[in-house]
Amino acid sequence: MSPEFILPAVNFQCILPQILLSLTALLVLLVDVFGLVKKANALALITLAGVVFATLTLFSGTGLQETAFSGMILVDGFSFFLNLTICLILILTILVSMNYQQFFPGINSGEYYSLLIFAAVGMSFMAAAGNLILLFVALELMSVSIYVLVGFHKDNLRSIEAALKYFLMGAFATSFLLLGFAFLYGATGTMDLLTMTEFIRSNPEVLSSGLFLSGVLLTLTGLGFKISMVPFHMWTPDVYEGAPTVITGFMATGVKAAAFAALVRIFMVPLGSLPIDWSMLLWVAAVLTMTVGNIIALVQDSIKRMLAYSGIAHAGYLLIGVVAGGELAQAGILYYLLVYAFMNIGAFGVLALLGKKETEYNTLQEFSGLGLKYPVLGLAMAVFMFSLAGIPPTGGFMGKLYIFSAAIKSGYVWLVVLGALNSVISIYYYLRVIVVMYFQESGAEDVAFPAPSPAITLGLGLAAAGIMILGVFPSYFWVLAQNSVFVPM
Amino acid sequence: MFDLVWLIPTLPALGVLLNGLLGRKIEAANKSLVHWIACSAVGLSFFLTCLTFLELLQLPAELRLVEFTWFNWISAGEFQSYWAYQIDPLSMVMCLFVTGVGFLIHIYSIGYMGHAEGRYYRYFTYLNLFMFSMINLVLANNFLLMFLGWEGVGFCSYLLIGFWFGNIDNARAGKKAFITNRIGDFAFLVGLFLLITHLGKHGVWSVNFTEVFSHASALPPGIVTAVCLLFFIGCTAKSAQIPLYIWLPDAMAGPTPVSALIHAATMVTSGIYFVTRSNILYQMSPLALQVIAVVGALTALLAASIALTQNDIKRVLAYSTVSQLGYMFLGLGVGAFSAGIFHVVTHSFFKALLFLCAGSVMHGLANEQDMRFMGGMRKKMPVTYLTMLIGTLAIVGFPGLAGFFSKDEILWKTFASGHVLLWMIGVFTAGLTAFYMFRLIFMTFFNECRASREVQAKIHESPRTMTVPLIVLAALSAIGGYIGVPHALGGSNRIEHFLEPVMGTGPGKLIAGGEHLAQEAAHGAYHPSLAVEYLLMLLSVAIVLIGIGLAYTLYVKERERPVQLAERFSGLYRLMFNKWYVDELYGLIAVRPLHRASLFLWKGIDVLIIDGVVNGLARIFGWSGTWLRTVQTGYVQAYAVSLLLGVAGLMLYTLFVLVP
Repeated sequence: MSPEFILPAVNFQCILPQILLSLTALLVLLVDVFGLVKKANALALITLAGVVFATLTLFSGTGLQETAFSGMILVDGFSFFLNLTICLILILTILVSMNYQQFFPGINSGEYYSLLIFAAVGMSFMAAAGNLILLFVALELMSVSIYVLVGFHKDNLRSIEAALKYFLMGAFATSFLLLGFAFLYGATGTMDLLTMTEFIRSNPEVLSSGLFLSGVLLTLTGLGFKISMVPFHMWTPDVYEGAPTVITGFMATGVKAAAFAALVRIFMVPLGSLPIDWSMLLWVAAVLTMTVGNIIALVQDSIKRMLAYSGIAHAGYLLIGVVAGGELAQAGILYYLLVYAFMNIGAFGVLALLGKKETEYNTLQEFSGLGLKYPVLGLAMAVFMFSLAGIPPTGGFMGKLYIFSAAIKSGYVWLVVLGALNSVISIYYYLRVIVVMYFQESGAEDVAFPAPSPAITLGLGLAAAGIMILGVFPSYFWVLAQNSVFVPM
Repeated sequence: MFDLVWLIPTLPALGVLLNGLLGRKIEAANKSLVHWIACSAVGLSFFLTCLTFLELLQLPAELRLVEFTWFNWISAGEFQSYWAYQIDPLSMVMCLFVTGVGFLIHIYSIGYMGHAEGRYYRYFTYLNLFMFSMINLVLANNFLLMFLGWEGVGFCSYLLIGFWFGNIDNARAGKKAFITNRIGDFAFLVGLFLLITHLGKHGVWSVNFTEVFSHASALPPGIVTAVCLLFFIGCTAKSAQIPLYIWLPDAMAGPTPVSALIHAATMVTSGIYFVTRSNILYQMSPLALQVIAVVGALTALLAASIALTQNDIKRVLAYSTVSQLGYMFLGLGVGAFSAGIFHVVTHSFFKALLFLCAGSVMHGLANEQDMRFMGGMRKKMPVTYLTMLIGTLAIVGFPGLAGFFSKDEILWKTFASGHVLLWMIGVFTAGLTAFYMFRLIFMTFFNECRASREVQAKIHESPRTMTVPLIVLAALSAIGGYIGVPHALGGSNRIEHFLEPVMGTGPGKLIAGGEHLAQEAAHGAYHPSLAVEYLLMLLSVAIVLIGIGLAYTLYVKERERPVQLAERFSGLYRLMFNKWYVDELYGLIAVRPLHRASLFLWKGIDVLIIDGVVNGLARIFGWSGTWLRTVQTGYVQAYAVSLLLGVAGLMLYTLFVLVP
């Protein structure tokens, strides 16, 4: 008698938000193809409705702590928090895009919104993955969608160049990641994260085997590429600058969130007990990442490119959390990712506000005097800049505080000192934007400034409010983050 | 009523919010609305205080301590501090005259500040803010909230001294007051920290008055003396005593009602209030009390001697305030705390009156402040003249008027406690006071008018909003003393009995710890007979009369004599006229060396070294940024190589260094 084929238990409930997101993406695509609606913002609104609905269903899964699909999916507080963050990123991006498509009508298409959603689904699965295979597939889903989105300005050479560069480098880095996964499998005999944790715990000698360590380092390379960790960061400025501004904000926050989720899942938990002082490596990487990002950001004239380098620096701050290890640091990383989503999309959203037909405006000079001409816009940008610089009472300050204090508790005082010094350097270029906006006469040529649509008002208002709430009343989200750390069952 | 005590400070705070945030618009729309808001806020506070006071009187003496906790203010570990008020005889006495006199001066300001176009709302905002702070100062039930009020009144004083900041001298006077007070506040804070940490060693992490005082006996005597002296340094700044009195005469740069309210009646007495409030601590430290008594007596004498020669009407009054405050501290120093408070109350009546009268004179004389250009105002401003005369008689201690009872009480207690030398200084100062005050009256209101003709033509009695407060205050100065008529004159010294529960000595004692000390003190003093008390009283009255007579001779009868005298004793005259060169001395020993040191720190250390390092670092970062960006070539091949090198580096380092 042949062995009975047992169907694995399928619990669609656990991936309901992702299912809903994917269905929305397909719906938008179909609506566009068949030309079912004619109104300008219809596609965006359909997308928005679907995403908001999916976000709401997220909350039905709060407090769950289980695995699904034979361990492929981990349904826990960690994935809940990150899914929430990713959905917020998606919502904010859609709101900002609705304004952006005034200058770039090409954006207003079914492919754009469905790709956006598919990328988010990829990110969301990366956060929920309990298995390296799923992690890889999700990462590819995200990456491929974003390669296309980066090149969405089909007539703009910079955009095309950025997409090509990102694709080539991405493919290169992904090969390292895949090789790393293979080595890890070879060393531990499993692709399942929980089983791997268990295996390491019972066979600690595997930790010092060359095979295993090579796997760890190659994996670090692959994920380090995604978070633009030095020395794998080279692509970042070119790609961030070439991509449509809204996509830059989306990938800077979303990809970072997903990749850090993977880093936490793989590095902070199963490898937390690595006997050799490998945190030294990450220590150096964190310092380099912060410093290189901040220092090059100092000399940029384009705010967009400056924000790209600032994105590298922020990855450095987050890496401090990874170095620190422990549940407090995990919670700090989660909190920071949430704040970062608000402040970064907010900042890129302000950039996306300025434009003319098929042209972006983002040099410092073009921002001069804008703060006095458009006080609300100036105020919002000031909030985002202050938060990015980490000045209280904004969320950026609280996020840094949580990560830095976790690192101090783990004994990495010098790392925190360097982090704080880097924050000081960063204040220069963040505040320069404010100085230019308020204290410099506006240039001779008038920058086109369209009446801000309700969508972007809502989006930027949401981001600014989020920053202030996270900065002034941090306790609710901080407790939520603390309850959302990844602890293997 | 006790549950509504929070309204007393809150009403002026509401006035601050309304006039402070919307004042410009309110003033533009309807100017009278500004003062209606401000005055009614303070008036209501006064009304509520009266009600609270009456209700406190209903309680038996031993229960007259009601605490009202509004909310938890600061909590840090074991340390707790509440935003809480305390209703007891002392706080009520203070609050009554603060809100009462404050209300009158608010009304007076309507007339006096009527010409302050565009800044009218600002003036009343500051005045209300002052009331809010002052009420917090006297009603607080803990050191911290009291200190908030303490700092608040100092801040308002700064704002109001420099109210006409268009003139640099006024701005400088404000700065001087503020800095001098900061010196005192620093000492005060150090004292407070010392107190908190040492009580904390005994497990008392509180700044609540009642709790601190009931645990005070656990403190070592040295600490108590240190705390008391540090607090007293704070008081010498706020209440203008040697060595930190120098700011008060300059503070006369502010509008006259401000001088009356802040720099005569209320704020400057907060030092006396504080020492009285902490009398349990001070009674534990004879040394501190001795210092207070000596400083008080010397200040009284020094300030009176300066006042003899000044020609600016407000400056004379300012030095007189310093001198009277010295009396109060003298009283505190000899252990007569309630006598000190009694003098605070009567002084607030007559000194506010005197300042307002001076303001009224200036108002009529086109803001002339120099008495040499006044004279003969008796006929032209009868109300002002009469009320000011009453005020002057009250301050010099003319029998039957308010100042007589309170000043004599202090002098008598000084004598009775055996400080004969200090008593002599006090009596001599009383003679000086009589002289310089009547010099002021004669120069201002008698003889011919020496103002220019244009000014003379415009002399007028002040409007009703100004004279009515004068009359009310004059009445209070006349009869205010009857709350404290001593036993020797057939009275019952009601205020002393009323304040007894706060002093830790009376029968209705609420605070443990002070009793045996008070008994000891009572034991040590000797008790002169009633006959001696009468004799001393007569003596001081006689000296006052001599002072008045001398002033009459010199400034009405033989008016050439003062000049001759000044020439004859030119050395002494110049010393006094130049205020004993104290400002110059401070400039020489403190201000200029400090200035020079600061200059060195600025130019030598800050600009050269610190800025140099910072700017140098910034330049290094700038250069490295410029250099590093050239690495970013834009070639994908270069990027890939960088990635590859990174991986190789990681692998080699791990496999060959970390895992040998």
